[in-house]
Amino acid sequence: MSAAMHVHPEVATTHEVHHDEHHVHHHNETFISKYIFSMDHKTIGKQFLITGIVWAIIGGLFSVLFRLQLGYPDQSFPILETFFGKWAKGGQIQPEFYYALVTIHGTVLVFFVLTAGLSGTFANLLIPLQIGARDMASPFLNMLSYWFFFLASVIMFSSLFITTGPASGGWTVYPPLSALGQASDGSKLGMDLWLISMALFIVSSLLGGLNYISTILNMRTKGMSMTRMPLTMWAMFFTAVLGVLSFPVLLSGAILLLFDRNLGTSFFLSDIVVNGEILPNEGGSAILFQHLFWFLGHPEVYIILLPAMGMVSEILSVNSRKPIFGYMAMLGSLFAICILAFLVWAHHMFVTGLNPFLGSIFVLLTLLIAVPSAIKVFNWLTTLWRGNIRFTVGTLFAIGFVSLFISGGLTGIFLGNSTIDIHLHDTMFVVAHFHIVMGVASMFGMFAGVYHWFPKMFGRYLNNTLGYIHFWVTLIGAYLIFWPMHYQGLAGMPRRYLDKSSWVSFSQFGDLDKMITVVSIIVFAVQLMFVFNFFYSIFKGRKVTTQNPWGANTLEWTTPIRPGHGNWDGEIPEVHRWPYDYAKDGRDFIPQTEPVGEHESKH
Amino acid sequence: MVSELNIKDASNPPLGDRGKKRMHPHKFTLWVAIGSIVMMFAGLTSAFIVKSNQSTWIPVAVPKIFWASTAAILLSSLTIQLALRSFKQRFMQQYRMLVGLTLILGIAFVLMQWLGFQQLWNDQGITFKGGGAGQFLYVIFGLHALHVAGGVIALVVMFVKAFIGRSKNYSSVPVEVAATYWHFVDLLWLYLLVFFMLIG
Repeated sequence: MSAAMHVHPEVATTHEVHHDEHHVHHHNETFISKYIFSMDHKTIGKQFLITGIVWAIIGGLFSVLFRLQLGYPDQSFPILETFFGKWAKGGQIQPEFYYALVTIHGTVLVFFVLTAGLSGTFANLLIPLQIGARDMASPFLNMLSYWFFFLASVIMFSSLFITTGPASGGWTVYPPLSALGQASDGSKLGMDLWLISMALFIVSSLLGGLNYISTILNMRTKGMSMTRMPLTMWAMFFTAVLGVLSFPVLLSGAILLLFDRNLGTSFFLSDIVVNGEILPNEGGSAILFQHLFWFLGHPEVYIILLPAMGMVSEILSVNSRKPIFGYMAMLGSLFAICILAFLVWAHHMFVTGLNPFLGSIFVLLTLLIAVPSAIKVFNWLTTLWRGNIRFTVGTLFAIGFVSLFISGGLTGIFLGNSTIDIHLHDTMFVVAHFHIVMGVASMFGMFAGVYHWFPKMFGRYLNNTLGYIHFWVTLIGAYLIFWPMHYQGLAGMPRRYLDKSSWVSFSQFGDLDKMITVVSIIVFAVQLMFVFNFFYSIFKGRKVTTQNPWGANTLEWTTPIRPGHGNWDGEIPEVHRWPYDYAKDGRDFIPQTEPVGEHESKH
Repeated sequence: MVSELNIKDASNPPLGDRGKKRMHPHKFTLWVAIGSIVMMFAGLTSAFIVKSNQSTWIPVAVPKIFWASTAAILLSSLTIQLALRSFKQRFMQQYRMLVGLTLILGIAFVLMQWLGFQQLWNDQGITFKGGGAGQFLYVIFGLHALHVAGGVIALVVMFVKAFIGRSKNYSSVPVEVAATYWHFVDLLWLYLLVFFMLIG
């Protein structure tokens, strides 16, 4: 039971004259209870965001390092040896190091940045603010959720510094490679730390998800029916449902893997010879792990994508000064994606010897996802269509998201066909596809959210000029990096190889790989510029002077500029309408709190 | 008019401002958590089914002591339900006794599971070597016992609170949450037992 917050409506009503700095929260707050072990959803959201930023820098740096290897496989960079010692002997990235880099890059970006950093940040920040609640259903569980994530982060981070190195069997940690310490250095202690860290991470996401679901369903303010919620809320809701139902399955896979690694069981192992030694394990199935992994793994990509979709819908509608096009269709598509997400996992396993008939069912279900995806794309475009668009940095990133989602989504149709997938599987085409549609697109959604809600988070704006540079360089850079990879993949160039120069058919792409490497260094530098902008603006950014700087309808803009714990000084506002009444009856926008007028037309 | 409604509802701890009577968020959260736990065991038992079709599969016989633990957990479901009833009727003496009894039965359950594992390991010789149902039994029953142990910890807290706890408002929500969770681990156990008897 959280007794952290008591609201006194009878007291609060007297505050109206001198609000702003006067918070509803009457407890004595110390630095520790306010910024460290905070139970305020807004602070917890910021904690997720800043931890996510730290991880994004690490994960991004790792990608620059392995891109150096891919672009310049025969060149020596003495500075690498200075920093990484034996991992980069002679200034060249060693194979173990390369595989550790890609593994941790994937793990960190997928889980720590785009799951915790994205939905951890914005679900925490926005859910109570947009549905009109003082805090989450359980602020205490919410705090635990962050600290489990922090603990998972510490363990994952420490695994980077052990002698045998971090996990290096790929972010999917397929056994038997990941199950046998003697198979590679990264499968020793690093793999155990990876599994423990991920188990803690799963606990963190489950605690978070439980809270998001029960807050959205139970704590909405008066008048806030489910269909009056902004689409961000629906997206966060479905994201949480996906997480709560799929992460436990990964946990069961991870537990079985821990048993196989340390206690000699044979869940995933059978008939293996390592370095001439015959292992006693019998009767296990490595494919079983892939089923357990991808039963989470596929919903996971929607856990990453849906929050971005929700925020983009909101930001596009606000900034084109038009109602979102097809609210119910958007909602239905989110629902359809949520259901289909659980029914397509085997499309990651077409080449594992899956029964082709079963494969054809998974092809059908996979291609079905194109329908709700296309509905969403058309609705975003029609929301922009003939709108009075304000090209804020947030809007640009939201439009960038739509562009990337289209480009990356179309290549999904190639990969979803099992026959074409046999050719494309494990090539750079796959790398290009998922980086554009899931990785970069969701990063764009996240950036859009950060630029749009930064005023709510810190009471200041991010610097615009740096923001526009950030957007254009990142968008052009993303296409320059990932577009050519499609051609490489179609030509059969495999992923995961650290040096392809001895194959004539792949070394013909040598210059292309150099170009990709150079661009990724530039894009990484621009992200560091964004990080600078972020931290500089927290303290020195232009101050927000009005409660509702974007002229938006949703409830978070009815709170004080810097809301305290409890969000609203007085009573929680009542909601009378949906959040998308823009350009209606000759008015630019009508906030959700305004009662429906007598002569008002129906939307 | 708005303020009247708000003040009336402000006595409700979850701060919900809606007029309708709805499920307490903590209870709701528990139900979602139960869904999540079900998914984990669904993952494990479906892994079991997939593997049981392989030729090297070795079935396992469930030791007799698990019948005793079944009886204990069934009985504890009854006692916690009675505890909830006496809490609602404000019979504190009876409530303390029934929570204590549930606690003892819960601990007995976990201990008997441990004894069952020892019987399997030492007497029947089912270890982690080789393949088959035995390994799954340790993991699945073990994880279930961990969930019961988590419930036991919650019961300890409730038991202590029943003696020293002085709360301002008398709310049965924590007891209801604990009771629902307890019934859930009970049902989950029955499912797992039947599962192992039929397929294991």
